Amino acid sequence: MTKVYEKSPAFFETFDRKPGQQHTTHYCPGCGHGTLNKIMADLVAELGIQDQTIYVGPVGCGVFIYYYFEGACASAAHGRASAVATGISRSNPDGIVVSYQGDGDLAAIGTGNAIHAANRGENMIVFFVNNNLYGMTGGQMAPTTLLEQKTSTSPYGRSEINDGYPLRMSEMMAGLEAPTLVARVGVNNPKNIRQAVKVIRKGLEIQRDKKGYVFIEVMSQCPTNWKKDPVEACEWIDDVVCKQYPLGVFKDLTDERQAQRRPRREVEFAAVAKQLGLRGDDDTGLDKMTLPQPEMRFKFAGFGGQGVLSLGLMVAQMATERNMEVTWLPSYGPEMRGGVANSSVVIGENPIGTPVVDVPDVLVALNRPSMDKLSPLVKEDGLIVYNSSLIDQIPADLKGKVCPLPATTLAAEAGTVKAANVVVLGFVARMTGIFTLAELEEFLCETFKKPALQEINLKAVAAGWNAAEAFI
Amino acid sequence: MKNKDNKGDGEKPSVTVHIDLCKGCGLCIVHCPKNVLEASDQINALGYPTTIVSTDDCIGCGNCYLVCPEPGAITVVRP
Repeated sequence: MTKVYEKSPAFFETFDRKPGQQHTTHYCPGCGHGTLNKIMADLVAELGIQDQTIYVGPVGCGVFIYYYFEGACASAAHGRASAVATGISRSNPDGIVVSYQGDGDLAAIGTGNAIHAANRGENMIVFFVNNNLYGMTGGQMAPTTLLEQKTSTSPYGRSEINDGYPLRMSEMMAGLEAPTLVARVGVNNPKNIRQAVKVIRKGLEIQRDKKGYVFIEVMSQCPTNWKKDPVEACEWIDDVVCKQYPLGVFKDLTDERQAQRRPRREVEFAAVAKQLGLRGDDDTGLDKMTLPQPEMRFKFAGFGGQGVLSLGLMVAQMATERNMEVTWLPSYGPEMRGGVANSSVVIGENPIGTPVVDVPDVLVALNRPSMDKLSPLVKEDGLIVYNSSLIDQIPADLKGKVCPLPATTLAAEAGTVKAANVVVLGFVARMTGIFTLAELEEFLCETFKKPALQEINLKAVAAGWNAAEAFI
Repeated sequence: MKNKDNKGDGEKPSVTVHIDLCKGCGLCIVHCPKNVLEASDQINALGYPTTIVSTDDCIGCGNCYLVCPEPGAITVVRP
């Protein structure tokens, strides 16, 4: 029988990562990642599971796996691949979920995620590629770095006094009850690779049969950061690394475990609402709002501290109370005051596809940077309200109806400049016709309990409402 | 060496290195039991010195394929 060793069909034929390098991976010469990727692809093709397999990539050298494996792929934030894989596994009970993580990812920032996914016995196979350091960022010390090993952040070698001991993840995982298979394999020579193929095949079969969580630690060489040539690096694994991290199968309950499936329960929102003491859809006693169009997309922008997030929240909350579909998405910098902030609100009669507002129907710009940046995006029949107290110059050729509103001045007249957002609320409500003045006043009285604040806000909203007179 | 699976069709096992995909790490060279592969000073399109096939003694064991980190760089056929 003819045996052919060649590029697996589970890989893309061409890798679209970079022009000119469409057939090669980004891995350094001699890297263990490439070898592991090949083993995985060969086995996925051999087992005929390519159309069920969902790969979750890490942050680290393995980040580009979605360019290589022809299958469903997701990229997780640093350390979160096990958590993302949990969600994918739960929502796709028929999928075969592969979480691919490095040691900086799984054994440092994402240790909690990894251990709890293992402890729940999620149906997933986790590849933990351990090269003893942070490869992608330049070879810094990781929890898995060997004692005495020199890295860019342990130039005198790792010391147990300062840095603790190398973390043995496989032994930890094997101590948990839930995992079905826990093993440590090497990809540094043909003998270890053949052994790794056997273990990984078993791990994938466990996934195919839904028998629970599989953890496979892959000792990988990193010639670049170890500052060794690839052949020396592979020998160093045998001679040194495997003394600290012995290869082997630490736990194998394949024969004892039964297939485990988690039923997908439909969420009954009425029951949840009752449990949380929320009002159900039927008993608010208010009619739905009438919108000028089936979906209204708002953008409220200004300096942090001007109340643009609160303004969005007020509109969103009032619409929520009227049984509309609503999203509120804030965007702000790390500064509590002074940075540029905005909030996107969508109100719809039907479920909303995305909370992101790229093309607003209504833009409120309370400062000049927001006006300059966002006003050209507004729809042709849209509404632009800008704070003419602070904005003396506006972009030319704007589409839509452009309304100057001296919001800060009107708010100051009402009692405090902080109420500029409430002035805008009154103005926008009247211009779009989404709320009546009485509804606004009722809402503000519920929100602000102190009489002094109530008075100021009622004055402010009325000022905005009256200012709209001139534009209707 | 006799290959048990060889049904006498006269074909020999063979190895091909696709030199434009080779990064010259040299792992295949040290793990070849028959010393079929050797380093060359030929520089490929990626800028790496590549490995070449120097003899036709290949027994089709697949070691070079297994240790090679590049998905498409080595093809081995064992008839």
